[in-house]
Amino acid sequence: MDKPYAITLTVGSSLANHTGSWRVEHPEYIHRMPPCNQACPAGENVQNWLYIAEDGSYEHAWRELIKENPFPAIMGRVCYHPCQTACNRTFLDEAVGINSVERFLGDHALEKGWKIDPPDHETGLAVLVIGSGPAGLSAAYHLRRMGHQVVIRDATHAPGGMMRYGIPKYRLPREVLDAEINRIKDMGIIFQLNTRVDDVHDALDEGFDAVFMAIGAQLSKRAYIPAGESARILDAIQVLHHFEDGQTPMLGRKVVVYGGGNTAMDVARTAKRLGAEEAIIVYRRTRDKSPANDQDIEEALEEGVLIKWLSTVKYMGEDDMMIEKMELDEKGFPQPTGEFETLEADSLILALGQEVDFSLLGNNVDLDVKSGVMDVDANMMTTHPGIFAGGDMVDGDRTVTTSIGHGKKAAKYIDAWLRQTKIEPKVEKTAVAFEDLNTWYYTDAPPAVRERLAASRRVYDFSEVVQGLDESTALYEARRCMSCGNCFECDNCFGVCPDNAIKKLGPGLGFEINLDYCKGCGMCVSECPASAIEMVSDL
Amino acid sequence: MSTSAVKFYQVGSFAVGNRLLRDDERSVQSDPDRTNALTSGHRACQGCGEALGARYALDAAMRATGDQIIAVNATGCLEVFSTPYPESSWRIAWLHSLFGNAPAVATGVAAALKAKGDTITRVVAQGGDGATVDIGLGALSGMFERNDDVLYICYDNEAYMNTGVQRSGATPPAARTATTQAVGAHPGNVFGQGKYLPKIAMAHDIPYVATATIADLRDLEAKVERAMTIRGSRYLHILVPCPLGWGSASCDTIKIARLATQSGLFPVFEAINGEFVASSKIRKRVPVEEYLKLQTRYSHLFSPQRNDEVIDHLQRIADKNIERYQLMGE
Ligand SMILES: Cc1cc2nc3c(=O)[nH]c(=O)nc-3n(C[C@H](O)[C@H](O)[C@H](O)COP(=O)(O)OP(=O)(O)OC[C@H]3O[C@@H](n4cnc5c(N)ncnc54)[C@H](O)[C@@H]3O)c2cc1C
Ligand SMILES: Cc1ncc(C[n+]2csc(CCOP(=O)(O)OP(=O)(O)O)c2C)c(N)n1
Ligand code: SF4
Ligand code: SF4
Ligand code: SF4
Ligand SMILES: [Mg+2]
Repeated sequence: MDKPYAITLTVGSSLANHTGSWRVEHPEYIHRMPPCNQACPAGENVQNWLYIAEDGSYEHAWRELIKENPFPAIMGRVCYHPCQTACNRTFLDEAVGINSVERFLGDHALEKGWKIDPPDHETGLAVLVIGSGPAGLSAAYHLRRMGHQVVIRDATHAPGGMMRYGIPKYRLPREVLDAEINRIKDMGIIFQLNTRVDDVHDALDEGFDAVFMAIGAQLSKRAYIPAGESARILDAIQVLHHFEDGQTPMLGRKVVVYGGGNTAMDVARTAKRLGAEEAIIVYRRTRDKSPANDQDIEEALEEGVLIKWLSTVKYMGEDDMMIEKMELDEKGFPQPTGEFETLEADSLILALGQEVDFSLLGNNVDLDVKSGVMDVDANMMTTHPGIFAGGDMVDGDRTVTTSIGHGKKAAKYIDAWLRQTKIEPKVEKTAVAFEDLNTWYYTDAPPAVRERLAASRRVYDFSEVVQGLDESTALYEARRCMSCGNCFECDNCFGVCPDNAIKKLGPGLGFEINLDYCKGCGMCVSECPASAIEMVSDL
Repeated sequence: MSTSAVKFYQVGSFAVGNRLLRDDERSVQSDPDRTNALTSGHRACQGCGEALGARYALDAAMRATGDQIIAVNATGCLEVFSTPYPESSWRIAWLHSLFGNAPAVATGVAAALKAKGDTITRVVAQGGDGATVDIGLGALSGMFERNDDVLYICYDNEAYMNTGVQRSGATPPAARTATTQAVGAHPGNVFGQGKYLPKIAMAHDIPYVATATIADLRDLEAKVERAMTIRGSRYLHILVPCPLGWGSASCDTIKIARLATQSGLFPVFEAINGEFVASSKIRKRVPVEEYLKLQTRYSHLFSPQRNDEVIDHLQRIADKNIERYQLMGE
């Protein structure tokens, strides 16, 4: 090329200069464990479905959610949401209302009538699930998705376990429960109700290839209470069960409930709704030692339930009773004080916890029980090959969500067992900490609150107490998520690179580092709000 | 202030992009097909704030003018790292002449366009703080006085970086540079000297004066865009931290610019026709120390022993700015 006077080199773009050669480390996009996901007992990928919901793709979000848990409308009502306890946003203002968004998605799906597709193939293998509580239903759902034939047997005449016979309607309306159960039933799960299993071994003889036991903890714990001849002492689980079956229990005007867990709260609140003038809970420890969920205690108090903390029942008579005041010793255990109080009481309901009824194990000794629960290995299998167990009957938190998690996990291992394969154990990842985020970028956003029915209105019937969020509020709440550890396409990395070394691939496709030009400054990593990029050494 | 707040979505207006915004509400930098006025392969240091600031500003100017701009560049890092002959990183019409005459050259370009009857093409002049507040000040003042139709952008990295970090009139007090060593009774740059060019520009009563930083992209883009809607002399002063000269980690460049604003040391504001009109409010106020301690140019304030007297003095300067430019509040 002819060059002008004194010009010796051809002018060109600096793109010829690959400044990537300066670098000693480079950024990589990563997916880290959000604390909410890690805390979810059902293993939901919370961050992911919130992210999808954020642009209004509710069906897609719902379909991602139900990959792990088929019951979002139920979860959004009864789950104690450990995800929110773990949520990093707590350190900024308040946790993301994950549970309320989950409920919105669940209710929205029911409204729209979204269905779950039956499996696209049949394995020809059959699994018996004993118990139609959350653990059994969840296992059945996942096994069915994998193409197995599933039969659920339950002793009662309606499925749901404690979700139906324990949790009252004002917290979980039965239309919601029925609709979510029917949706998985439509996948081709066979329900055999009014069918108690008396001996689990018979099932294998019947030809099932595997069995999942999920019979819950149905037996109420007892306590010896000196009582007069005509004293009315009832059992909370039975009261709730009978009431669900349409038999209104005779409780009288003044009802005392003994125990401090959720069952105690629910039975006291039920008594109030059935017309008791007074419902008093007597519990031997303090409020913060109570196993009941704080919101349940709060709602019970709002409804006029009285709670006598640090008290035990000494005697139950025909229309009154005696309680003794307790005090905590240095170790925090309640000790009697010798101070007594008399209360008027027409009935005393015991809500002292539940035990597992092991009668279905039969006489066979090949199924081990340890400390009152079924002994299972890390794969949820009992000591009898092919018989698995989960939910309240094994060791763990006795909650709906934990049971659903057990069901899912058991399904995975039952499937592996049926196919004679091994699943590599997952490596535990450390969750993204608040300090890992660049929180400068998140705007202030106070949480959306779910309305509750006025307490005065609640005690007249069993209407649902906690209301759902409407669409715009649910959307707002979803958008409060900081997307811990996962890219949410804020474009910061793409924008802040002084070397234009990042390529934006388009919606949903993320970004790519152009290593020809990346100098390894690390600015993209520092300015990523979500901690979704890390520097990796080139040396 | 000059940005309209993005309605809530996780990051509001703070991040570069926001996948839920309409295209026309998005920042220039979030556009996958942005013009990249300053393209890759330039020889700026890792994490250079000036390279970033220049791309932010010029891409915004390109969008505002439909790519019809000519840039005039003073000597300095921005010129040297972008255009080591025969390579250039510029993807716009770009001219370089001397260290001290960029405003005069820009005046000439504007005059030539006028003579040609070109009312579309706009002129941007740019330079470092040395070029702007020191050697080019006479030319710049003349340009302001005549109200020539040029947007002048100063990329303030608070020293003569290109020649090895010598003090400029924009070097802050106490900062160590090659010519203000951290020795003697008053280590670092002296207090009470230097000049603050945004105020000098305002004193010319030109139509538009603004400050910005690379830590607030939306604000910076909005100011460039606004400047391009105005004819006459306009002045934009952008804080661009320099990892080499300031002794900071290359990954901290934006963070340091952010701390400069959040401590009050660098006020972000706008003035129209010489009158102050609005400032960006501090979101999370921090003591100046937070800003200082990330930079080795201030390390003598913390070791071998802490110099509370000087730190307090710098804090008072920040506090004064907060008051003067109304940096707190809604
Ligand atoms: C009043 C109350 C309120 C609660 N509230 C909450 C709450 O708000 N949130 C929460 O997370 N958890 C709550 N729980 C706990 C939660 O309900 C249980 O942890 C959960 O239901 C246990 O699930 P599961 O599947 O293991 O057993 P279950 O739900 O107990 O279901 C077991 C099923 O097995 C059937 N069954 C038993 N034996 C046999 C047999 N031999 N043959 C055939 N079928 C049999 C039973 O009929 C039952 O349907 C509450 C519990 C109670 C009692
Ligand atoms: C008249 C003249 N004096 C000195 C120089 C050497 N010189 C080139 S760039 C520069 C400093 C530039 O400082 P600044 O304008 O702040 O830009 P920066 O490099 O810091 O971005 C100097 C002193 C020159 N090019 N011309
Ligand atoms: S902010 Fe979002 S991703 Fe982070 S813990 Fe909370 S819900 Fe999960
Ligand atoms: S900001 Fe750009 S140059 Fe710096 S590490 Fe990231 S990709 Fe590389
Ligand atoms: S900076 Fe934003 S776009 Fe880039 S990885 Fe992080 S979240 Fe995603
Ligand atoms: Mg400079």
